[in-house]
Amino acid sequence: MVEPLIDRRAAPLFIHNARLLDPASGLDAPGAVLVQGGVITACGPGLTAPEGAETLDAGGACLAPGLVDMRVATGEPGHEYRETIASLALAASAGGITTICALPNTTPVLDDPAVLQFVLRRGEATGRISLLPYGAATKHCDGKEVAEYGLLKEAGAIAFSDGTKAIGNARTMRLALSYAKAFGSFVVQHPEEPALAAGGAATEGELATRLGLPGIPPAAEAMLVRRDIALARITGGHVHFAHVSTGEALAEIRAAKAEGLRVTCDTAPPYFDLNETAIGDWRTYAKLSPPLRPEADRLAVVAALADGTIDAIASDHQPHDADDKRLPFAQAEAGGTGLATLLGITLARVHGRDLTLLAALALLTSRPAALLGLDCGVLKPGAPADLVLFHLERGWQVKAGSLPGKAQNSPFDGRALEGKVLGTWKAGRRVFGA
Amino acid sequence: MSFSYPILPGGHLLAIEGLEPPHISALLELAESYALLNKSGKTQRDLLKGRTLINLFFEDSTRTRTSFELAGKRLGADVINMSVSQSSVNKGETLIDTASTLNAMHCDLLVVRHAQSGAPALLSQKVSASVINAGDGTHEHPTQALLDALTIRRRKGRLEGLTVAICGDVLHSRVARSNIHLLSAMNARVRIVGPPTLIPAEAARLGVEVFHDMRAGLEGADVVMMLRLQKERMVGGLVPSSREFFRFYGLDAEKLAWAKPDAIVMHPGPMNRGIEIDSAIADDPERSVIGEQVEMGVAVRMAVLDVLARELRRNG
Repeated sequence: MVEPLIDRRAAPLFIHNARLLDPASGLDAPGAVLVQGGVITACGPGLTAPEGAETLDAGGACLAPGLVDMRVATGEPGHEYRETIASLALAASAGGITTICALPNTTPVLDDPAVLQFVLRRGEATGRISLLPYGAATKHCDGKEVAEYGLLKEAGAIAFSDGTKAIGNARTMRLALSYAKAFGSFVVQHPEEPALAAGGAATEGELATRLGLPGIPPAAEAMLVRRDIALARITGGHVHFAHVSTGEALAEIRAAKAEGLRVTCDTAPPYFDLNETAIGDWRTYAKLSPPLRPEADRLAVVAALADGTIDAIASDHQPHDADDKRLPFAQAEAGGTGLATLLGITLARVHGRDLTLLAALALLTSRPAALLGLDCGVLKPGAPADLVLFHLERGWQVKAGSLPGKAQNSPFDGRALEGKVLGTWKAGRRVFGA
Repeated sequence: MSFSYPILPGGHLLAIEGLEPPHISALLELAESYALLNKSGKTQRDLLKGRTLINLFFEDSTRTRTSFELAGKRLGADVINMSVSQSSVNKGETLIDTASTLNAMHCDLLVVRHAQSGAPALLSQKVSASVINAGDGTHEHPTQALLDALTIRRRKGRLEGLTVAICGDVLHSRVARSNIHLLSAMNARVRIVGPPTLIPAEAARLGVEVFHDMRAGLEGADVVMMLRLQKERMVGGLVPSSREFFRFYGLDAEKLAWAKPDAIVMHPGPMNRGIEIDSAIADDPERSVIGEQVEMGVAVRMAVLDVLARELRRNG
């Protein structure tokens, strides 16, 4: 995927005086990285710049593999007024993200190889990111019939999902898990029992009752997780649960992993940084799917990040424009932007001493890369020169309206963060930072 | 009557939740004086002279709209009724578009009813007028709770220490939520009574006692407040049939006998006779105060408009 992005005429790039961080190998040491032809050719302490190389003094800042974000919705095709792939890539670069997996419920949905290839090409054209689309898990993403996994995989599908929709029918999910095995792939589920969640706008409980909002019981998540774990057991297939947000579901996943089933999961920053009180005063930017949870669930997500139950942190970036959000709460679209804040919110858990820096970075780089079967996400010779340079302590404030990219609907509006991206490189090319 | 502090901070009446007991008492005192004034046949046509009140109703309502219209006119405001039909909403006009239209009309007081919880709060951020929530989704209906409290106070002489049973479809009721907040703030004991499918999650956290049995719920009650059961709830499967609902939760003479002998019966209207309330009870002048609730509605709305107009003057 990286191949078309490589500029072979570029001079070698030598980044020195950096704190090298490679979660896969556990490397955390001062040193330098040499990049040639889009790949890392040398990496470690005691390197010297070769003749003719472009050199950059990192000033002691952290240099890590570019982030791998396995869950992003793009407005293109179909909702370009929300965000185009070009603006998405801009925001990704500013957030230190170099690889993105795009959800298939665009308009039209990515259930056809031609449409999927269109998205791939648009991603390549940005020159900033590897944009790896999911193929639709079911035709039209309507949860009924399994899509053409073979043809979609040939066309470049990274895995299969119905995106923001749950596959509610147990038989369809069974067939999807079973059939995906034939192509060595897996199915990403939006874990929320659809009949129980229908019409809901907030987590069922005292706050939703006070606000008069239709509630979704938190058990709707664990219920579908439990069912799909049973289906993974029957089929031997690999199920991946997206944006897991409740302690109850995480306990199920922990047990399934201990049993040796092929079950993985990710979570998104809102679920370990915010709780349901963020929707007070009808803040529609904090209306998400799944909805924000009580504090006990947030703490359970943090614990599951720390103990390894969660395999990856994904932004679950969902672009919306102001008109999608400036509506009465129940009518407003669910979802928030997350590209520019992915690293900063994750680092907040490092500063809060819940995660080590390497464990946090692993959740953003090597672990999702390994899950997706990608060669990126590592800092070692031969790996793609996808890099992020960041200052661990430098502060900034999230301000909806002045975030990179088109969509501004950040649930973290106003949040003060420590940890700022200074530069991003894709296949050795600088795509962010001066 | 004069107040040294703002009765409705923020210059809007969006919810009962958050109002302090002194604010509620002051509103009720003022409403009481308007009730007396209305009875005497006198009017006070200069208080809102030159002010524009717009009744903006996204949901049909005859009772509440008329009540606000009368209240505004009795205080001398120019009253305009805008019914926004579903069709123009479907054409794509958003609440925000409506807000800019209203700002252009220099509206001073805006009475809003909307099917969505939080819609008046959203409008209040976008319009220059003082916003009064006349019912939003399943959130709140503050003037209804105020008029209910005024009615109870006139009949029982107090709110504190009374046992009030709110019965029926609490889940979908904005009237119930506003009453729960107001009555709890004024130290009444609030019970909610209904089938579990019509009781909101974690309702006890609002400071009420929850009952699923009418006999237990009504025992010792001073006030029995019935709620309207909407027909579409039956379609949603929350209640199997209206005859079953009436049998177990509809208020008839037999069930009313479980409450205190002098318990009063209330209903926010419009009533489904034979579903949540038996006609014999609804029309019993000894027990039912449903007519008085309507009368107090005008007085309470005059008080709210009066207080908000004072805020308008305070802020120029």
